[in-house]
Amino acid sequence: MSLDVETPPGLSKHLLGIEGTTREQLELILELTDRFAEIGKRPIPKVPALRGRTVASVFFEDSTRTRLSFESAARRLSADTLTFSAGSSSLSKGESLRDTVEVISSYGADVLIVRHSMAGTPQRVSEWTNASVINAGDGCHEHPTQALLDCYTLKQQRGSLDGMSIGIVGDIRHSRVARSNVLAFSSLGAKVTLIAPQTLMPPSMGNWPVEVSNVLDDVISDLDACYLLRMQSERHSKGLIPSLREYAKDFGLNGRRCEMLSKDALILHPGPTNQGVEITAEVSTDPRSIILDQVTNGVSLRMAVLFMLLGQHETSKQDEVQE
Amino acid sequence: MADRERRMTPPFGGVFVASARVMTRDDMRRAIRRMAHEVIERNQGSEDILIVGLQTGGVKVAENLVKALEEIEGREIESGCLDVALHRDDIGLRPVVPEAATNLPDLIDGKIVVIADDVLFTGRTIRAALDAICHFGRPRSIQLAVMVDRGHRELPIRPDYVGKNLPTRIDELVDVTEEGVDLGVMRK
Repeated sequence: MSLDVETPPGLSKHLLGIEGTTREQLELILELTDRFAEIGKRPIPKVPALRGRTVASVFFEDSTRTRLSFESAARRLSADTLTFSAGSSSLSKGESLRDTVEVISSYGADVLIVRHSMAGTPQRVSEWTNASVINAGDGCHEHPTQALLDCYTLKQQRGSLDGMSIGIVGDIRHSRVARSNVLAFSSLGAKVTLIAPQTLMPPSMGNWPVEVSNVLDDVISDLDACYLLRMQSERHSKGLIPSLREYAKDFGLNGRRCEMLSKDALILHPGPTNQGVEITAEVSTDPRSIILDQVTNGVSLRMAVLFMLLGQHETSKQDEVQE
Repeated sequence: MADRERRMTPPFGGVFVASARVMTRDDMRRAIRRMAHEVIERNQGSEDILIVGLQTGGVKVAENLVKALEEIEGREIESGCLDVALHRDDIGLRPVVPEAATNLPDLIDGKIVVIADDVLFTGRTIRAALDAICHFGRPRSIQLAVMVDRGHRELPIRPDYVGKNLPTRIDELVDVTEEGVDLGVMRK
């Protein structure tokens, strides 16, 4: 029996990137997130939806927000959580990535949330396990749940991303957040401008539907939203920018630039911020900043993603049985 | 039953073919009015009553019940709606309907909650609803009002207020709309 046509367009088994998802799928996740946000406001913010399921976070790179919000999302859905962190694992004894993944899967994980410094790792991991895989950031490639929660936060403020002009400012070359956001924002109808010194632009932008500028002051007054990226010094080779101070002078959002920004513009940052580099302390507390909303929405959005992946998976199993 | 919900509930696909109209619009209006009187009689008034409609079919029933209660009592009756999808025991068998929202008053402690739904069948939706409501607080009591009780219970659950008791075959379907209640089957 087939469920196509009439049923909502769910995700496939994995969420490896925004690339390959349709506008319909993105919109469905954002709609679902509204419902999960409501659960967070209940006196007991917990539903039994994923009872008996196990969500494993497998982080080979540090994280505060992504990991905590995924774990708290899993717990709000009554799933059990397993946590793996590279630092305290048998990796230091020389265990391979593949063995590590197989061990975690054999503890019964239904979803693996994977972060790794190498692009493509979640894709590889998905070939080694029967569990669903969610990409929680792979090198300079993609970070889909961050992009989704940014879209949700913008939609919450403005109702729709259609026709919005969004500037993404900073270290685009090393940013997986930028890559996922370019795809998600433009898929939902926004016009995206990338703003960075030429050395921090990706070597090839293929056919990204974006405009490019090297001077923030030229375009800042036209933006409906200004998305600042973290300067990823840990991924830099030498000589991309003269100094952080000079970068801050030309591309940082400070009090002066904040005044050039339209009065209904929004300020976003995926965190963690380098205060004094891409953003100054006074700007973080500007009423136009929705950085804290991004953090709050992270949990609801990730509840929606977990629920969709596990729910969808179950449905397809059921189909096979009926056929 | 909302169109969308019907498309998403097993058996999937097919069209609903009605074989008999078992309640007309007027029958339903009278049944709602009678149930409203029963609610007031049983609770000695409408103090602390909270009517909760279950998404999606129960919402309309709840609305009508609230209207009838307000007419009889001449005061405002509290109401809300509840989506039990995430409390069900068959998650994954039914796709999620994103537009079905939950909206309950902040305080339900000490209230007399009357759950309203269109059709009472296996009782599993009501079990999920009881579970969900208890997450919101501790009502004084929980009662159940349904437009149609079609039998075939799989759990020890019974309604307190019934629009119509309708004996059915298990493969039949009961469709409650604004126009009335139809009994029929799904045809491929």
